[in-house]
Amino acid sequence: MTLRTIAAVGAGKVARAGLHALGRGGTALPGLVTLAVDPDLIGHLSARLAHGAVLVSGTNGKTTTSRMLAEIARSAGRTPVHNRTGSNLERGIAAALLADADAAGRPRGDVGIFEVDEASIPRVVARLEPRVVLVTNLFRDQLDRYFEVDQLARRIADAFARLPAATTLVLNADDPLVARLGERHAGPVLFFGIDDASVGGKVPQSISDATHCPRCGARLAYTRVVLAHVGDWRCPACGLARPARDVAAARVVLAPDRTRLELTGAGALVEVPLGGLYNAYNALAAVAVARALAIDDATVGRALAAFRPPFGRLEVVEADGRRLRIVLVKNPAGFNAAIGALLERGGRHRILAALNDRDADGRDVSWIWDADFEALAPAVERAVVTGLRARDLALRLKYAGVRAADLEVVDGWREALRHAIDMAAPGGEVTVLTTYTAMLALRGALSDMGYVGRFWED
Amino acid sequence: MDLRVCHIYPDLMCIYGDRGNVIALTQRARWRGIDAEVRELHEGEALEPEWADLYFFGGGQDLGQDVVSRDLQGPNGAALRRALASGAAVLSVCGGYQLLGREYVPAEGPSIAGLGALDVTTRAGKVRFVGNLLAEAPQGTLIGFENHSGYTYLGPAARPLARVIVGHGNNGQDKTEGAVQGRIVGTYCHGSVLPKNPWLADMLLLWALERRHDAVRLEPLDDAMELAAQRSAAEVARTRP
Repeated sequence: MTLRTIAAVGAGKVARAGLHALGRGGTALPGLVTLAVDPDLIGHLSARLAHGAVLVSGTNGKTTTSRMLAEIARSAGRTPVHNRTGSNLERGIAAALLADADAAGRPRGDVGIFEVDEASIPRVVARLEPRVVLVTNLFRDQLDRYFEVDQLARRIADAFARLPAATTLVLNADDPLVARLGERHAGPVLFFGIDDASVGGKVPQSISDATHCPRCGARLAYTRVVLAHVGDWRCPACGLARPARDVAAARVVLAPDRTRLELTGAGALVEVPLGGLYNAYNALAAVAVARALAIDDATVGRALAAFRPPFGRLEVVEADGRRLRIVLVKNPAGFNAAIGALLERGGRHRILAALNDRDADGRDVSWIWDADFEALAPAVERAVVTGLRARDLALRLKYAGVRAADLEVVDGWREALRHAIDMAAPGGEVTVLTTYTAMLALRGALSDMGYVGRFWED
Repeated sequence: MDLRVCHIYPDLMCIYGDRGNVIALTQRARWRGIDAEVRELHEGEALEPEWADLYFFGGGQDLGQDVVSRDLQGPNGAALRRALASGAAVLSVCGGYQLLGREYVPAEGPSIAGLGALDVTTRAGKVRFVGNLLAEAPQGTLIGFENHSGYTYLGPAARPLARVIVGHGNNGQDKTEGAVQGRIVGTYCHGSVLPKNPWLADMLLLWALERRHDAVRLEPLDDAMELAAQRSAAEVARTRP
């Protein structure tokens, strides 16, 4: 431990205490302060974690999967250090390590579970030596920030080529962009995927980012498409194909609020109290990472069975006898997966949709035109639309076929929530589809209205 | 009356919500009682130059543009040129706009030939232009989101679609945005461009319908929501460029 790191820990702790005194959550600023004093801090602090650090990255599923992993680590008797409020840039990791360390910079936890923004992977792996790195999937997301997903994949693969052989990569075999990321990695790679032939359709969805071979550019052939470009893929021209799965679901059983996975091999059964196919992938990824950490499937099964979703990931908030089911949607693939889960429930739904265009949401809101609102529209009974770009979203719903009479634009978070709660009958439910900063604002408004606590108290 | 739209290279050249342009064209036709049919053309399939009234050609990632540019060097390029010469309309966005031009000159290596349907040339630029793009056309406001590193320069046969107010447009220098030449439109506006700029959608619809129908008149639609979205996006461009 260098003096510089100790000074950085001190400076960060002062910033954190100051923010809490002001009544602010403070998930990133203390990290920024700390990194300004010691840029190598996350390397120094994470090197002291007895069971090493796990990085969880990918476009969708980071927050849910890393929460699953934190629960699994706890079930296995370990103490996770976790950037749990979804602050997933380098500074968020620094803040989590900082909050966990004592004044001398010694960690209290013994395993790091760090959610990492996919564009930050190269920077973060240059700073710390992870024991495991998981990539869940790569979809187009906030392209104004990341530019193109092909380019992003190349940068991640370059970063993985520089990882030590002691690092295990855990990759989604079903995503052609992700499956290739470990080709130049010197250490072990574990692949996970869904092998259930009854899951998925035949045609890649229109939002697909990788229907062409990442190696030779030819059109990929799919025997099964699960989500967007994720599925059972193969390149007829150069022969590149979905790699053999180390962790796979032989059968996936979906219920509205529950997903059951029968794993191949040992035949273990994993059940997670979350609906949606994407949560099947999140659970599989968690199982694979747990194996890389030498945690047995039975422990994993216990932890997942008791899992509670994080805020905005299908969390339900009670308000005046109505249930608000909050779903974070950040990109077309996430949106389609979320509405897929909604449509599986059947019936018609009341929707509160919130679209912001802050940096963390993506300043370019064009992604809403790639999302399959056409599939959602027939199932919309009424929609309230809000956010900085509410009018773009209202227009999207109009062109998807929602009647103007069933569509209401409401400015102001509290006002929009009020309208949304009032449009449901007592005992009824409203699905809240929201981008990231709009979710934080809605959470703040729900807290002001007395329906939930402050988010950093999660 | 019916409308035929061909969405070319939809899986390679369609990013940043470009798909919304096809949705806007077909919905605005159907709301007026005009049947609309959309066909997709993938690389390797043969383009039938007689069929479509309107082609949509969106933007792509590097890999997509390479594949498409190769496909257009072959018979499909000649077929598309024939289709345009016989009066079909085109909306091209970003990469599609560049590929309809004369050539693309990369930072290094030989230049890539375009279709030559638009009198424009594109050179790789050092700075990528990313942000809200607000421009003014004679017919109305043009709002979108640009994200490109190619700088496009207009030749004498093409005229600019609009004049830049906020953002960079064609090249960040001459304040021009997009190009129009006959019934071919090119623009750097993703967004999608047509839903929030209904005048442009209707201009293209009219051109497309005139290919096979006489005395076409488009009934006015209630564009209150379109214009509200346009105004709020223009406000974002002005205050948070």
